[in-house]
Amino acid sequence: MEMDALIALSAAAVSAGTPLLYAALGEILCERSGVLNLGVEGMMLAGAVCGFLVTVATKSPAAGIVAAMLAGGALAAIHAFMAITLRVNQIISGLALALFGAGLSSYLGKHLIGVPLPVSPVPVWLPGLSEIPVIGPAFFRQDLLVYGSYILVPLAWFWIHRTRPGLHLRAVGESPDTADAMGVNVCRIRYAYIVIGGMLAGLGGAYLSLFYAPCWIENMTAGRGWIALALVIFAVWNPLRALAGAWLFGGIEALGFRIQILGAAISPFFLKMLPYLFTIVVLILFTVYSRRKRIGAPAALGLPYERE
Amino acid sequence: MFVIERRSAPSNLYRILSPVLAVLSALVFGAIFLKLSGFEPLAVYGSMWRGAFGDAYGLSETLVKAIPLALCAMGITVAFRMSLWNIGAEGQLYAGAMAAAWLALTFPDAPALALLPAMVAAGMTAGALWALIAAIPRAWLGANEILTTLMLNYIAIFWSEHLIHGPWKDPASFNFPLSPAFSEAARLPAFGDTRIHAGLIFALAAAAVLTILLRKTKWGYELRLIGSSPVVADYAGISIPRHILIAMAASGALAGLAGMAEVSAITGRLQYGLSPGYGYSAIIVAWLAKLSPAGILAMSVLFGGLLVGGYAVQFIGVPAAAVNMLQGAMLFFWLAADFFGSYRVIFRGRPQEVR
Repeated sequence: MEMDALIALSAAAVSAGTPLLYAALGEILCERSGVLNLGVEGMMLAGAVCGFLVTVATKSPAAGIVAAMLAGGALAAIHAFMAITLRVNQIISGLALALFGAGLSSYLGKHLIGVPLPVSPVPVWLPGLSEIPVIGPAFFRQDLLVYGSYILVPLAWFWIHRTRPGLHLRAVGESPDTADAMGVNVCRIRYAYIVIGGMLAGLGGAYLSLFYAPCWIENMTAGRGWIALALVIFAVWNPLRALAGAWLFGGIEALGFRIQILGAAISPFFLKMLPYLFTIVVLILFTVYSRRKRIGAPAALGLPYERE
Repeated sequence: MFVIERRSAPSNLYRILSPVLAVLSALVFGAIFLKLSGFEPLAVYGSMWRGAFGDAYGLSETLVKAIPLALCAMGITVAFRMSLWNIGAEGQLYAGAMAAAWLALTFPDAPALALLPAMVAAGMTAGALWALIAAIPRAWLGANEILTTLMLNYIAIFWSEHLIHGPWKDPASFNFPLSPAFSEAARLPAFGDTRIHAGLIFALAAAAVLTILLRKTKWGYELRLIGSSPVVADYAGISIPRHILIAMAASGALAGLAGMAEVSAITGRLQYGLSPGYGYSAIIVAWLAKLSPAGILAMSVLFGGLLVGGYAVQFIGVPAAAVNMLQGAMLFFWLAADFFGSYRVIFRGRPQEVR
C-alpha cells in the first residue's frame, strides 16, 4: 500500500518536474553561452498560451507544441537583440521580457479561460519498460513530452561536454575574447542558444497547458520560470543535475497536493508555499556550498561582448 | 554592413526626447497589436485617455493608482541604485498591508491619532523585515536576491490569502474571503469626496527625502559607487554587506508603506487582489524614470493612467492585460532608445578588399 503511494508520488514528481526541466535545460544552454535570460517565466507563459490556442484551433497537439516553441523562441529573440546587438543590461532586459510575456499571454488567453482542450493527449505506456515493477509505473507511463525530456537531457549533456559545437558554446560563455580569436562567431552562437533556450522554455509552458493542467489559466506557470532559473544554479549548469533537481522540485509540488488531498490540518495556502520556500532554502544552502567548493557560473555570464 | 560606435555622450536634446520616443514607439507597437486582434487602435487609445485623464473622476483614480506605484518604485530605486535587484516590492507591499491590517483588527477602539501612525510604522517595519529575509543571505553569503525576493512575493500573497480564508475571515462576510472592515479610526483620510488619500503626501514626502538623500549625502554617493563599481567601493573601505541590508530595508519599508496605504485608505480591510501587480509595474516605472524620485512621480501618474485607462476599455472588450503588455513594451523600447543615445550605427558598403 505504501509502495503504491510512493510510486504514484514519483510519477507525479516526474510529471510536475517536466516543465521545470525543459525550461531549465533551455536556460542552461543560454547561460552557457554567457547570456542571462531572466525572462523564462514570460517565455513559458507565451508557450503555454500559444500552444493551447493553436491546439484548440487545429485540434492537433503537435501543431500546438510547435507553436509554443516558436512563441518562446520569438520572445527570446527580442532578448537576444537587446542583450547582444544593443548591449543592454541583461538583468533589466530579462525582467522586461518576463513582464511583457506575462501581459502578452494574458492578452492572448483572454478568451481561452474555461475552454476545454479538443483532444486530450493520453499517457503512453512504453511497451516492456512500463511493466518493470516500481520503475515502470513511475517513469514509463507518462506523456510523450516526458519521454522527450529523457532523451533531451543526456543529449544536451553530450552536446555541451563532448562535441565541438559544445566546446565553442562553452568557450563563448567562459572567455568570448579567446573564442573570437579562435575564429568562433560569438554573436551568432549567443543568438542561436538564446533562441533555442526560449524554444525549450516555450515547450515547458506547452507541457503545462496541454498535458499537465490541461487548460489555460492566467499566469498558470505560477513562478515555475523563476524556479527553473534557481534550478540552473543548483544544477551547476549541468543538464544531468538539472534532471535530478527538476524531479526533486516536482516532488515537492506533488507532495503538497497529496497532503492537501489527504485532508491534513495544515492550511492549503501554506502547502502552496512549499515550492517557493524550498527554492529559497536550497538557494541559500547551495550558495554556502558553492562558495566552499569554488564552483560557479560561466565566467562571462551577463557581460555584453564588445569587440576590441 | 554596419558598425556600431560609442558616442562620447548622448546629446541633451536626445536625453529629453528619448523617454517620449520610447513611450510613443510602444504605443505604435500596441496599436499594431490591437489592430491585429480586431480593435480600432485610435478609438481604444481615445477611450483610455478619456478614462484616465478626461474628467475629474478619471484623474483622481489615476492619482489613486499612482500612489502605490510611486512608493514601490522609489523603494526599488534605492536598491537598483546599488545594482541590488529587489523585485520583491509586490511581496513587501503585502507584508506591509498584513501588518497594518493586524493592528487595525486588533485595536478596533484605538483613536486615529494613535492607530494611524502605528499602522504606518508597522507597515514599514513589516515591509523592511520581509525584504531583509532576502537581504541577509545576500549580504553575508551572496545568495541571488532576484530569485529570493521573487519567491517571497508568492509566499506573502499566499499568506494573506491564508489569513482572509482562515484566522481573519469576517464571520459576517457570507463566506467571502475578506477580513472584517476596519474601524473609521484606521482609515487614512481622503481629500474631499475623491479616493485620493494621505498616501499622496507620503509619496511626495518620500520623493523629497529620497532626492536629498541620494544627491546630497555620503550614503547616496556610496550607493551609486557600489552600484557602478563594487571593487572600488570595497577598496574605499565601504562596507557592502551593511549597505545591502540598509538599502533593502529602506526599499521594503517604502513598499510596505504602499501596502499600508492601500488597506487603510482604499479597501479598508484585507482582501483578494489588493494589488494588481503594483510591485512589478513599479520596476518599469523606476527604470523609465532613470531611478530619479522626481521622474518616478511623473511616470507613476502615466502608469496609473494606463491602469485606469485599461479598466475603461475593458467595456469595449479589450483585455486589461493589454496594459501589462504595453508596459513591458515601453521598457523594451526605452532600453533600445537608451542604446541609440550612447552608440551610433554607421552604415557603409562592404569593406573594400585590400590588394
